[in-house]
Amino acid sequence: MATVTATGGTTLSRTLRSYSYWSYQYRRIWRASLATGFLTPALFLAAMGLGLGSLVNHHGSSAARLGGVTYLQFIAPGLMAAAAMQMAAIEGAFPVMGGIKWIRTYHAMLATPLRVTDVLYGHLLWMATRVALVSTIFLGVMAAFGAPRSPEVLAAVPVAVLTGMAMAAPVAAFTATRETDQPLIAVFRFVVIPMFLFSGTFFPISQLPGWLRPLAYVTPLWHGVALSRALSLGNAGVAASVGHVAYLAGCIAIGVIAGRRTFRRRLAA
Amino acid sequence: MPALPTPSAASEQPLIQARGLTKSFGDFVAVDGIDFDVAAGEAFGFLGPNGAGKTSTMRMIACMSPVTSGTLRVLGLDPATDGSRIRSRIGLVPQDDTLDLELTVLDNLLVYGRYFDLPRKVIRERARQLLEFAQLSDRAADKVDPLSGGLKRRLTIARSLISEPELLLLDEPTTGLDPQARHLLWDRLYRLKQQGVTLVLTTHYMDEAEQLCDRLVIMDKGVIAAEGSPRQLIDRYSTREVLELRFAVDDHTPLAEKLAGLGERIETLPDRLLVYTHDGDAAEREVEGRGLTPLVSFVRRSTLEDVFLHLTGRTLVD
Repeated sequence: MATVTATGGTTLSRTLRSYSYWSYQYRRIWRASLATGFLTPALFLAAMGLGLGSLVNHHGSSAARLGGVTYLQFIAPGLMAAAAMQMAAIEGAFPVMGGIKWIRTYHAMLATPLRVTDVLYGHLLWMATRVALVSTIFLGVMAAFGAPRSPEVLAAVPVAVLTGMAMAAPVAAFTATRETDQPLIAVFRFVVIPMFLFSGTFFPISQLPGWLRPLAYVTPLWHGVALSRALSLGNAGVAASVGHVAYLAGCIAIGVIAGRRTFRRRLAA
Repeated sequence: MPALPTPSAASEQPLIQARGLTKSFGDFVAVDGIDFDVAAGEAFGFLGPNGAGKTSTMRMIACMSPVTSGTLRVLGLDPATDGSRIRSRIGLVPQDDTLDLELTVLDNLLVYGRYFDLPRKVIRERARQLLEFAQLSDRAADKVDPLSGGLKRRLTIARSLISEPELLLLDEPTTGLDPQARHLLWDRLYRLKQQGVTLVLTTHYMDEAEQLCDRLVIMDKGVIAAEGSPRQLIDRYSTREVLELRFAVDDHTPLAEKLAGLGERIETLPDRLLVYTHDGDAAEREVEGRGLTPLVSFVRRSTLEDVFLHLTGRTLVD
């Protein structure tokens, strides 16, 4: 046994090793985390989809603007993408600051064969896992409410992961450049929450003033919401879907490239 | 896996070799062209005041911080290209603990072992042995957060040993610990050295350097001010004995003049005078002979502290 020696290994192996820390940590909180995963969509869909929806559905012209579907059917897939985005933004901010400053997990990892990119990839992969988990639960709750109109809604889970990571990766890159969590809170107030409210989750962006609409198109969330909704309603066109996926993938790529730079600058100076 | 160097090869090739090693952060030069070798099996120390460049040097050896200029070889490899391989064979005890406070003592060891890609069974077995070595076995299931500083430090050292490193780097291993905790740590480190682990440590405690280091360098303002064994340094930069004198006066400076010619050199401190001499008792008699009656007078052996203060000055660094 004394002959077993540590090795560097491949990038994939190292990424999975840094990932294993987060899964270790999750063991402490998985119960609470799953309970929240069920409760949040259940409460939102009950209040917004059914409660608010009962008002919206009785309003003739709004039904037409929603494309002839009920408000629950309209809002559920959008909320799924929006919830993924919001959660991923949190995961990309505070645990990253923790890894750098509060718990200093990243520094512990970097004293081992793991490299800065392994630390980054492992953590991003973990964020994607978390989003996938929560989105799967969301899908189940949504199905229990009878919201999806097409089996294509299954593809909304990977879309939610893309949407989440399109936010988490850039946020993580940004977090690595900050010294305190104040700017992260500002990101929430001025980016995440406005995006949550105005990217087509709760109402079609055709309702926005014309000058604001282009702003909504630029947000990754709008692409996520549009695609998620199209899948759930069963009217996803190939060209539009490819466009949305490409846009989200582009945001992720930018976030990862930026993260490689900011993490290296912060952790390997 | 590359074969480990045989003992004879290891003794020929230094485990760490630095030539003109430099680290700058923008305009600030933290380490300014230092040369040193660390041989396999020795305990080597970097002694110096805060800001001397010890931690920057340590981080470069640990391949966690790129070398600005000069050459550095660790285990015969270049940190710039083989960082991951080097780190798989060394252990690091950082200045600030990087333990996960929410995880248990045991889990901290298990998860750290995973970073090294060791089989789970091997990690478990080593974790059990290391907890015993660090005298933490009965705390294995406890969370780390409420543990005392000394216990956390022992856990950090245990954790750094999970990969059975050939070289252990310790950045101020006992700073902030009480005397009992320090002595226990020193004992554990001494045992590791007996087992053949090469130790490299930084410290600003003279007694720690004297206790643990076969050889050390004194760093000041990014450069090496002196190098040798603790005994050699004392012989070279201090006298055999020191006579400490305290008088019932506010200012000791005028008294230093009355003692002129005594010993090799006299150091005036705010609260006392130090007479560096080869014969403390003779100097003490001479003080009486000059009609002076100190409040306190005693002779002690010269320590690394005298060397250190002589070389790095008595002004407070930060």
